[in-house]
Amino acid sequence: MSDFVNDFWNLYVIVIVLASILACAVLLIVQGKATFTPGKTMGHVWDETLEEYNNPMPKWWSWMFVITVVFALVYLALYPGLGNFKGMLGWTSVGQHKVEVDTMDAKVKPLYDKYMAMDLKAVSADKTAMEMGKRLYLTYCMQCHGADARGAKGFPNLTDADWQWGGQPEQIVETITGGRMGVMPPHAQLGGETIKDLANYVRSLSGLPNDSVRATKGQAAFTEAGCIGCHGADGTGMQALGAPNLTDKVWLYGSSEAVITETITNGRQNKMPAWKDFLGEAKVRLLSAYVLSLGAK
Amino acid sequence: MSGTQTTYNDKVVRQFAVMTVIWGIVGMLVGVIIAAQLVWPELNIGPWLTYGRLRPLHTNAVIFAFGGCALFATSYWCVQRTGHTRLWGGPLIPFTFWGWQIVILLAAITLPLGITSGKEYAELEWPIDILITLVWVSYGLVFFGTIAKRTVSHIYVANWFFGSMIIAVALLHLVNSAAVPVSLTRSFSVYSGVQDAMIQWWYGHNAVGFFLTAGFLGMMYYFVPKQAGRPVYSYRLSVVHFWALIFTYMWAGPHHLHYTALPDWTQSVGMVFSLILLAPSWGGMINGIMTLSGAWHKLRDDPILKFLITSLSFYGMSTFEGPMMSIKTVNALSHYTDWTVGHVHSGALGWVAMVSIGSIYYLLPKLFGKTEMYSTKLVTTHFWIATIGTVLYIASMWIAGVMQGLMWRAVNADGTLAYAFVEGVKGSYPFWAIRWLGGVLFLSGMLLMAYNMFKTMAGGNTKDAPVIAPAAHHA
Repeated sequence: MSDFVNDFWNLYVIVIVLASILACAVLLIVQGKATFTPGKTMGHVWDETLEEYNNPMPKWWSWMFVITVVFALVYLALYPGLGNFKGMLGWTSVGQHKVEVDTMDAKVKPLYDKYMAMDLKAVSADKTAMEMGKRLYLTYCMQCHGADARGAKGFPNLTDADWQWGGQPEQIVETITGGRMGVMPPHAQLGGETIKDLANYVRSLSGLPNDSVRATKGQAAFTEAGCIGCHGADGTGMQALGAPNLTDKVWLYGSSEAVITETITNGRQNKMPAWKDFLGEAKVRLLSAYVLSLGAK
Repeated sequence: MSGTQTTYNDKVVRQFAVMTVIWGIVGMLVGVIIAAQLVWPELNIGPWLTYGRLRPLHTNAVIFAFGGCALFATSYWCVQRTGHTRLWGGPLIPFTFWGWQIVILLAAITLPLGITSGKEYAELEWPIDILITLVWVSYGLVFFGTIAKRTVSHIYVANWFFGSMIIAVALLHLVNSAAVPVSLTRSFSVYSGVQDAMIQWWYGHNAVGFFLTAGFLGMMYYFVPKQAGRPVYSYRLSVVHFWALIFTYMWAGPHHLHYTALPDWTQSVGMVFSLILLAPSWGGMINGIMTLSGAWHKLRDDPILKFLITSLSFYGMSTFEGPMMSIKTVNALSHYTDWTVGHVHSGALGWVAMVSIGSIYYLLPKLFGKTEMYSTKLVTTHFWIATIGTVLYIASMWIAGVMQGLMWRAVNADGTLAYAFVEGVKGSYPFWAIRWLGGVLFLSGMLLMAYNMFKTMAGGNTKDAPVIAPAAHHA
């Protein structure tokens, strides 16, 4: 594919690149032919004392200059550089990347293949596999879930028994493979008072201190506002939708009344990216087994 | 003031020279603070004094405030002395001084507030960009106006470099800063995607090439032969390396974008021109250092020459390192590491700051009617502190940079990365501490300079010097 909208720019690049390189060579040759009078000045004086010797350019320096010019011309004959000309070696950065990735993939394939045939639970019990999984985790996952996998605000803790999208082996594989999109819709339309009631009710579900009058009103609102649609009538959530269980002690964004109010009012959007295309099935499988092993602890 | 045509305009030189030292301290202090923030992250205070906001303040302050004032001072001094005429331009002259100071103050206010266009080394928002343009055009008028009314036929080599710097920086600033304003403090670049990146680094590298190299070579070509009392080594070498720099520097930007979405051909062109730059860059170093041949003994007891010659050594070293780092395979290791930071500072501290400091030390006594600085001994002390600081800075960044590059690329047998990113950060800590120490030393040197400067200024007279008639045979 050409990088240029039309052939003029192709020619323009070729001409101006070659002209600039050759200009350097011509400059060096023409100036090198000047008459030199070593140790004598050019005959001009500025500001009482400023003069210039008419010394020739150092030979080694001129040769260094020539070598870089020749190198440039040879390089541009071998590699892409002169407009659309691909270079005699046919090298591309995309091609180099592909070769390096393919080489590495071919080299490590047997290591990963071994685990493709095994049951995920068995993989998660395999010491070598878990060392590989941990290294993958530390490269791709720790930025959000933390080096210790305990998560952070908005990023689930992977070491506890609470699973937003399910903790069964196939569910974990699905989460890493295709990613997840968690959406808590905003409910500002309910009005501040109702939201405050709801927040108190939500806190009561997990036994946190709350205003019992508001919590009672909130319980009714929980049904009326449609919260039960995702979080269930008892507030235990629904893994198919990624709707969190509100009755446990695990809080993705925080459990204070202010944070819950913020969550209900403005909603939350959360995204676990899909890794299948980037990592491939084999690495996803090892990562899944590693995450499974974390939750099992 | 009587007889304005018979004296040089030294007032504006005096103003810029003093502000060079002041802004040098400010810019380097901010540098020391952000170096400390990398070692002790708890020093990031509020949103205003966090690394992300102070870093552009540091770069703007040292490049444009410290380096800029040094360029204004030395070019105004040089163009008058070597043109044998008073500065042209009337009210444009004080406008360049006050306008530039306002630009710097606005930068110091807006950057910590988070007002930025997000373009590296060109972060200032559009109203400030317009002021920069006005000041810079005035600078060009004053400089070339003075060249036009010179009373000697030949234009001295230093002025070619100053002149090319003024023209190129105008071009770079106008093209790179083109933006669509949406409010007084917000604008969007007219470029997008990889074109934006390319324009940005075309600007960024030529800011190095023309602002930080051509301009300071102009400084070198006046102050080295002056202080050494020797003719410039080779006129012909200056012609070749000047024009070769002009031909090639404009192409070198793509080496900042190796192995990115930038098309392969652009990367290749950037790399080969960066390599060709080696000889033209060294031409300046050779011409400066060889000017001293026959007078090497002067280095022993003249700290100003020590500054100037050491600056040329660092210039030679960083202009060798630069082309090497532009080679793709080397760049694959060095890119994004602290090696790049070290490379920049071997140029910034070793070359730009040292040649400026040497030149300003040359100017200060003359500007305040003295024969020498208040204390030559302090100048020598400054030289050694600055040199040790620079070496500590560069060496620590070399080690940290190569270590980071090697750690990032190391893989296990299963193809996974051998080190998590944070392990590289952890390994870098001791070297960041050494870098901070190097910065503290360099800053202390500037404080000595300020003390020495104020002592030299005290009781000095600020009469403008009379214009010297050109040498008789120089018609």
